[in-house]
Amino acid sequence: MNLKLWISCGVAALATSAAAQDSNALAVDGEALLTEAAAPLHMENVDTIYSGWRFRASETQALQSDDFDNPGMIFVDQAIDLWAKVDGSEGKSCASCHENVEDFAGLRPTLPRVEDGELVTMENIINECRTERMGAEPWKWSKGNMTAMTALIGLQSRGMPVNVAIDGDAAPFWEKGKELYYTRVGQLDMACSNCHEDNYGTMIRADHLSQGQINGFPTYRLKNAKLNSSHGRFKGCMKNIRATPFKEGGEEFKALELYLASRGEGLAVETPSVRN
Amino acid sequence: MAKGVKPRVKVPKKASAGETITIKTLISHKMESGQRKDGDGNAIPRSIINRFTADFNDQNVIDVTLEPAISTNPYFQFEAVVPESGEFKFTWYDDDGSVYDTSKKIEVS
Amino acid sequence: MILENNMTLTRRKTLALGGSALAFASFAGAPAFASLTDDAIAEMTGGAEIGEGAITLTAPEIAENGNTVPISVDAPGAVAITLFADGNPVPAVATFNFGPLSASRSASTRIRLAGTQNIVALAKMEDGSFQRASANVKVTIGGCGG
Repeated sequence: MNLKLWISCGVAALATSAAAQDSNALAVDGEALLTEAAAPLHMENVDTIYSGWRFRASETQALQSDDFDNPGMIFVDQAIDLWAKVDGSEGKSCASCHENVEDFAGLRPTLPRVEDGELVTMENIINECRTERMGAEPWKWSKGNMTAMTALIGLQSRGMPVNVAIDGDAAPFWEKGKELYYTRVGQLDMACSNCHEDNYGTMIRADHLSQGQINGFPTYRLKNAKLNSSHGRFKGCMKNIRATPFKEGGEEFKALELYLASRGEGLAVETPSVRN
Repeated sequence: MAKGVKPRVKVPKKASAGETITIKTLISHKMESGQRKDGDGNAIPRSIINRFTADFNDQNVIDVTLEPAISTNPYFQFEAVVPESGEFKFTWYDDDGSVYDTSKKIEVS
Repeated sequence: MILENNMTLTRRKTLALGGSALAFASFAGAPAFASLTDDAIAEMTGGAEIGEGAITLTAPEIAENGNTVPISVDAPGAVAITLFADGNPVPAVATFNFGPLSASRSASTRIRLAGTQNIVALAKMEDGSFQRASANVKVTIGGCGG
């Protein structure tokens, strides 16, 4: 029994020490961003939370520490043009109502949030502006225009700590997200927690498993060389475990987004981050 | 013209004569390699930026030939020496015949 | 642990032996073994002798994703530097031609690698001679990320 315990301890120590998250500190153009924080009280099984940046190779990390080197910034530039572009029947652009995009500093860390009994994400807010005030077609959840715009607006809050409301009106949505996080699905019968809570820091084939934090979304992925929405990433995870993904923008993913955001409380907004 | 192509360049605004300055350039482009196939198994034709040049007051700094192995959103970093105040001109040449360019002024004291 | 290391070394030694035997076979006059990269280099140099040491090629030992691998080259006194990736379907990667206002004969870019392979940089120097450097880059096949 003793011997067995020793062996399993040894194996566990090896597994984590060999491939745990690194200790690098992230600074973007000299401005430090917090990539590590004490886990919020509602997280029962994790003591410290880490940004996904900490699990990446140093070359990938470097891409995020200089705004010029960050390929996600190309899309931010595109969104600056979109911001001023008139679209829809009302002859308005974003800039017609919102003079400066800088005014949205502080918005990203609080989303998703409950408005009139509904859980809304940044995509919902943007599309509401488009359909209700501009008379324009809504943008698709993960298409280029939308991810560019969520990156531009999210960037205004870069460095601010994630801080979503999970009590009051938000509580039922948060509970639903938490339930989804721990529910096993798909042919591989896995929950989010099996990879991102039980096994972060270890390798899944040649990839370094992160905690699945979403503080850097939309994120530029080397894999597809574009900005990716958090819902798009959730979909990818579900496909990987051979499950039928929920719909992007649907109630399930919105609830999951709220729950995941709450697991990152205290981490800096890194939008747009760079990941594998 | 390929869709959504947007150049970005980083050049210091000021320098002293003869100083070495670092330049970074990036352009949004798919750089379709010609090696990929679409959902029906048909080859997707190659469509890349095949040449990039940087000039200062009509004198060349660097002239790059790009092959399909250059990543999506081609990025270059290199160094230039600036003898006097003037303008950098950056030009990207697309397989489809389009030419994208952008300029940056620099003040040399 | 020590045993494991020894085993790895032994395997590596065996592989290295195999590798040099293969290199010898191609050197011993079987042009069919020559790679596309070697052909391209021979064409550029016209068979001239290629030096080493005056050119630096910087590449990651392990690339997290073969889609975007950062590399840089530096060859003081070069007029042009060409990069090859010997395991890609098309080995040529890029050629940097340095103009009169280039301050250093160096450049950085991001490249695609189809798998673990060697990157070769060939510099043509001002005096017409050639310099070469190479680096092996391991490209990992991702779990969920790749």
